[in-house]
Amino acid sequence: MTTLVFLPLVLAGSIVAGLLGALTGLGGGVVIVPLLVVAFHVNVHYAIGASLISVIATSSGAAAAYVREGFSNIRIGMFLEIATTLGALFGAYLTTRLSTGIIAIVFGSVLIISAALSVLRRHSVKSSGRPNDLAVRLKLNSSYPTAQGPEEYQVHHIPAGFGMMFGAGTLSGLLGIGSGAFKVLAMDQVMGVPFKVSTTTSNFMIGVTAAASAGIYLRRGFIAPGLAMPVVLGVLAGSAIGTRLLVRAKTSWLRAIFALVIAALGMEMIYGGIAGSF
Amino acid sequence: MAESNVSRTDGFLSKWNDERVERILGTLLQTGVIISGIVVLIGGVLYAVRYGRVPVNYQNFDPERASLRSLKEVGGGALRGDGRAIIQCGLLLLIATPVSRVLFSMIAFALEGDRLYVVLTMIVFVILLYSLIGGVS
Repeated sequence: MTTLVFLPLVLAGSIVAGLLGALTGLGGGVVIVPLLVVAFHVNVHYAIGASLISVIATSSGAAAAYVREGFSNIRIGMFLEIATTLGALFGAYLTTRLSTGIIAIVFGSVLIISAALSVLRRHSVKSSGRPNDLAVRLKLNSSYPTAQGPEEYQVHHIPAGFGMMFGAGTLSGLLGIGSGAFKVLAMDQVMGVPFKVSTTTSNFMIGVTAAASAGIYLRRGFIAPGLAMPVVLGVLAGSAIGTRLLVRAKTSWLRAIFALVIAALGMEMIYGGIAGSF
Repeated sequence: MAESNVSRTDGFLSKWNDERVERILGTLLQTGVIISGIVVLIGGVLYAVRYGRVPVNYQNFDPERASLRSLKEVGGGALRGDGRAIIQCGLLLLIATPVSRVLFSMIAFALEGDRLYVVLTMIVFVILLYSLIGGVS
């Protein structure tokens, strides 16, 4: 395949990946890596390098839109970024050590879990009881706008949430993904942060987390310019279209279909990893 | 002291400050993405023109193949008009975008008089610098 054939094909694939990522809320990274590895026979290391860059782009690009809504909590985000960036360094270190087969198997498992998380309807843990001392000291409790005016919320289980964020950061650095699904899980389900606040704060954190692995990826030669270029531009365009569609389309059944597609990609990654074909 | 007044986070003033800071940061991030996207696109066109007929193969990982791993190589290549180096420049700008967000948050927390968060933000910033400049090699 020559460059002039390869570039438009990867660009088109990346637009689809960005679209799927935005519609499922999982981000472009979880789709682009299996697509590059399975369909284009790209080495896992190059694929996660290109994906990580696209994750930074979509997170930063969406930030302005999210900020306008006024949900995100920069203190929760900044405090937890200590955990996610440390995790990202650890993950990026692991990914330089592990074989591509093992990375593919871990990736596939994460895809299947993420797909399941995206369709399962969960009830947010409503915070109650007296304020958590640590949350007060860290000024994490805040309020967010609702139709009935600002609603207060209290943050709990901070060490557990911090630990989970380290795990989310490790997955991000290991697999070149944003791992937004896990960040939201830690805030929404463990720490009692309202879902809307969790998703917007998570988006803010994803770019910073990914930047923490990017330096290591760059020096290790994971980021091939000729591959990263169509991936970044395509995923950015795709997620911009996807975000616009989200406003109009009824998405619950779309989510279910795409979750199936992502789970299937996950199986393919695990199979390929075990069979040693990557 | 005026400073201790501002540092109370439960007040209306600091809530408003937080929101304004976030708005500025959001715009900063979006601008960074647009600029780096344009640089990547320019590099991409130059790359496609020069290497269009060359076969591509990313099947085998060879860290030495991506010879654009240091700032010096990237800068020099970009000045010579090498498409790949210009793409890499755009990607570096992209990586710098969230890093600059952390730096600006630190300044904003300092202006609000929130010393605790100046320190917490500084920790994040140092971790980012450690990844970008040295460490784990």
